[in-house]
Amino acid sequence: MTQVNHLIEIQGLKKIYQSGGTKVDAIKQMEFFIDDEEFIAIMGQSGSGKSTLLSIMGALNHPTQGKVLVDSLDLYSLSGEQRADFRSEYIGFIFQSFQLIPYLTVLENVKLPMAVTGQKKKIKNQMALEVIDRVGLGAKAYRLPDQLSGGEQERVAVARAIVNKPPIILADEPTGNLDSKTAEEIMLLLQSLNKDGHTVIVVTHNQDIKAYATRSINVQDGECFA
Amino acid sequence: MKLHNISFGNIKRRKGKMLFLVLGLVIGIATVVTLLSITESMSKNIEERLNQFGANIVMVPKSENLSLNYGGIDVGGVSYQVKEFDQEKLPSIKTIKNYKNLSIIAPKVLGPVTVKDKKILLMGVLFEEELALKTWWHKTGGAFPKKENEVMLGSQVATLLGFKIGDTISLSGKPFKVATILNPTGAAEDDAIIASLDASQRLLGKEGKLSMVEISAFCQGCPITELTLQIAEKFPNAKVTAMKQAVMSKMQSIDMFRSFSLGISIIVIFIGSLLVLVTMMGSVNERTREIGIFRAIGFRRGHVMQIILLEAMLLGIIGGIMGFGIGNLIAYGIIPLVMKDGVFAGINLNLGIVSILMSVALSLLASLYPAFKASNMDPSEALRAL
Repeated sequence: MTQVNHLIEIQGLKKIYQSGGTKVDAIKQMEFFIDDEEFIAIMGQSGSGKSTLLSIMGALNHPTQGKVLVDSLDLYSLSGEQRADFRSEYIGFIFQSFQLIPYLTVLENVKLPMAVTGQKKKIKNQMALEVIDRVGLGAKAYRLPDQLSGGEQERVAVARAIVNKPPIILADEPTGNLDSKTAEEIMLLLQSLNKDGHTVIVVTHNQDIKAYATRSINVQDGECFA
Repeated sequence: MKLHNISFGNIKRRKGKMLFLVLGLVIGIATVVTLLSITESMSKNIEERLNQFGANIVMVPKSENLSLNYGGIDVGGVSYQVKEFDQEKLPSIKTIKNYKNLSIIAPKVLGPVTVKDKKILLMGVLFEEELALKTWWHKTGGAFPKKENEVMLGSQVATLLGFKIGDTISLSGKPFKVATILNPTGAAEDDAIIASLDASQRLLGKEGKLSMVEISAFCQGCPITELTLQIAEKFPNAKVTAMKQAVMSKMQSIDMFRSFSLGISIIVIFIGSLLVLVTMMGSVNERTREIGIFRAIGFRRGHVMQIILLEAMLLGIIGGIMGFGIGNLIAYGIIPLVMKDGVFAGINLNLGIVSILMSVALSLLASLYPAFKASNMDPSEALRAL
């Protein structure tokens, strides 16, 4: 019997936050996997532990117990700097509320993840302009974030997440601050990225998102149910 | 997109905060520059005054039991019968290491001449050097001697012998024209006849001989003792005496002011550094969200540190340039107020370079902890601020 290698494997995951004398079990027990080129919707109410799960999968938050394997690589056996390199190469984050750098233009914001990569300036520019075009903001590359609408800012955040061509895109409530029409446009954009080969993992409480995903995982009180 | 673009962008965006940070550096650097410029100007001013004050090194032949009292000031040893040294050896003074510090070298020959049956002191000098050295010599009329057959009389000699300007005086039987009479100086020259060095040497039968040499040395950071030793080494038969007291006391005052300036500078720089530290800490705290994003998208700790320290360096350069400019302006304005006849010593470019380097170093040093704190921020904690 051959062993199947999943893109992401979550094994016996546990996360406890300690605040003063109180302990909060953000993740009680989780065990699941995600395969390459899947579009996963992690559904759950506020406080269910889904955002903590996303940050752990993104090599940002050390679990209290358990393992996160990405391409069979145990993320939390790596040093902090190695995890930073992993994020640069493997992960594209789309944060809630866009989280663009306000003093950088659209182009500069998109190029931000490339500031720590070795490509030449010309290539960086070309790659960034390509993804800006892809998200439909070619005409607004030199604008500042506050000169854009909410939907456009979200598109910039998507462009920033994909500019280094990471295999995994992690999105935290990507439609949380958008009207339903813009939300649909963003979800279609993520769907098209998934079709292009990116594994997309979206964390949301919005049940409508399920429709765009290939699979959903429900999270409740720190536990997951497929 | 490079890391410096992020640093430039942040400086441009947070102009107010960055201005406040630069202000801390400017205050520190401007204070140092002002105080150092004042000290330098004071040194120069005192040096000029010392030159006006006259010789500060006296060279006389080594002799026994003799002392020269010159205008009530004991400047070494000499008497009329003293041994002389050879004039031809004098140019070798130019071979001493600190020759550049010697501004005036005034050789003279001394001896008695008989005038109207009275023995009078004849002082042979090089007029050009002597007049540059004795700025307090003022003539009553006529002109300072220019020819070999002209002499200048001290006020007491003129009164005692009854000579006027234009009269002819016979020195050891040779006629000389009285070119001028000096106003009273209260010093030995009041009792002397002053003639050219060559003529005096011939009259006294001391051709090629010198009785003493008075030297005026520049005294910026005055290596006066060293100068004395260097001259003494060249002239083993001469006794070289430095009038150190005058120089030392003046330089001591400057040294005291310099120490005071240093103390003030350290305090102001310390306060300036604290201002930079507090502002940078505030800036880092405000940027928690931003730093979280940087870390999330793959920036290493070192990259975050580079961004903060690059900002600090840029602000340090701006603070250094501004501080140097403002410090010089303040010094220029303040020197005439704190020093009588004080003149600004001029812009010292070396001080400019040191100011910028110091400002950058201070800014980097004060930003080291904030940068370290920023780079060590837990990305998941930072992202919770999102």
